Amino acid sequence: MIIKDFKYIKPPNITEAVELLSTFSNNARILAGGTDLVVQMKENIQEPDAVIDIKGIEELHEILFEDNMLFIGACVTFSELIESEIIKKYFPLIKEMSETVASVGIRNRATLIGNICSAVPSADSAPILLVYNADIIAKSSSEERIIPIHDWFTGPKKTILRPDELVTSIAIRLPNKKHAGCYEKLGRYSGEDIAQAGVCILVFEDLHYNVAFCAVGPVPKRAYAVEKFLTGKNISEKIIEEATQYLLKEISPISDIRATVEYRTHMMCVMFERGLKKVVSRLHGGGNA
Amino acid sequence: MPEIHFILNHENRAVRVEPNETLLEVLREKLGVKSPKCGCDRGDCGACNVLLNGSSVRSCLIMAIEVDGQEIVTVEGISKDGLSKVQEAMIDNNAFQCGFCAPGVIISATELLNKNQHPTMDEIKEALSGNLCRCTGYLPILESIQKATKE
Repeated sequence: MIIKDFKYIKPPNITEAVELLSTFSNNARILAGGTDLVVQMKENIQEPDAVIDIKGIEELHEILFEDNMLFIGACVTFSELIESEIIKKYFPLIKEMSETVASVGIRNRATLIGNICSAVPSADSAPILLVYNADIIAKSSSEERIIPIHDWFTGPKKTILRPDELVTSIAIRLPNKKHAGCYEKLGRYSGEDIAQAGVCILVFEDLHYNVAFCAVGPVPKRAYAVEKFLTGKNISEKIIEEATQYLLKEISPISDIRATVEYRTHMMCVMFERGLKKVVSRLHGGGNA
Repeated sequence: MPEIHFILNHENRAVRVEPNETLLEVLREKLGVKSPKCGCDRGDCGACNVLLNGSSVRSCLIMAIEVDGQEIVTVEGISKDGLSKVQEAMIDNNAFQCGFCAPGVIISATELLNKNQHPTMDEIKEALSGNLCRCTGYLPILESIQKATKE
């Protein structure tokens, strides 16, 4: 049950939506899928004066691919990403990640942009957007900002987004070199569980590696020291072992109700090794992400 | 109080709702549709599942006012003209004990079979992964769905 009353407004376009955000200053919340927001309103973590439902804005439902740029609108759900032919063909890694998010009934509502706006440390979308160097497009009544994903997360559940801004879409450039990726996620069971640890790896044919992780630090982030070490190297048992030492310096997991620090640390090493072997095999034709 | 208009189990309905009422609350308390159950009330258990424009969703995580102009189907709608194949299979297979999770499970199974008439056991498990059942250990539920696809 949601105790507090609020105004429900469903604007027909982006201009009206961002004007509403200005009008209510810090007291309006954007509603897309609602799988996070409604829970938070029930638990009185969020008590907005107004809820702005953006599902009536047609352009926010689009998945577009033009000039090697992918645009994902703010209302695109994980189920829509899984079923999209564009995603399947050009960004199978996004499909692989989306299939690990919660369960069908949540994926039918929850959006990728909502996932990064909630900005929990375990956000599945985050490592994928990080390895692709995605840009977040945010609009306010005065300007449009393009925010690199690397600047986005400022703390657990905190982002650089201002209260008067609406994230309209995410832009991802398709890398022009041959590449392959994978997302390894640790959960107790498939279904509602959130990641206890997650690592995403993107490898390019010239032996550059982009590595990012979630749920093993206050914010999802890239592992630049690991990437630097791996650059130009072919994967072997010895290289994996050395790279893992760099990885351990970059993560800072905590113990919580879902896993201990020791378990998370151990599993990150296991998943990192598994992921590296998988991306190399995929780069050479074994699988399609 | 705003009035919303939507299709509920193939009939046009209108009802006045407050913005802070969830779809689950309105279905059960204002419209007398009792098949969706309130289990966890936070989207984890799947007992409140309904079909929204053909896709399964958690009715506890949707504000009733959001479904204005949309189509909702509950188990009452699925079995309007008699039990569906998957419901029959569940009865034949003693799939449930207490039955509290049953409506949510039937919604998930119905969505799966509408999209994929011959799912593998893995696909059935994936489709049902968001439905918690505390009685059966799941096996008879999963087997019923498989059975329904083979008949």
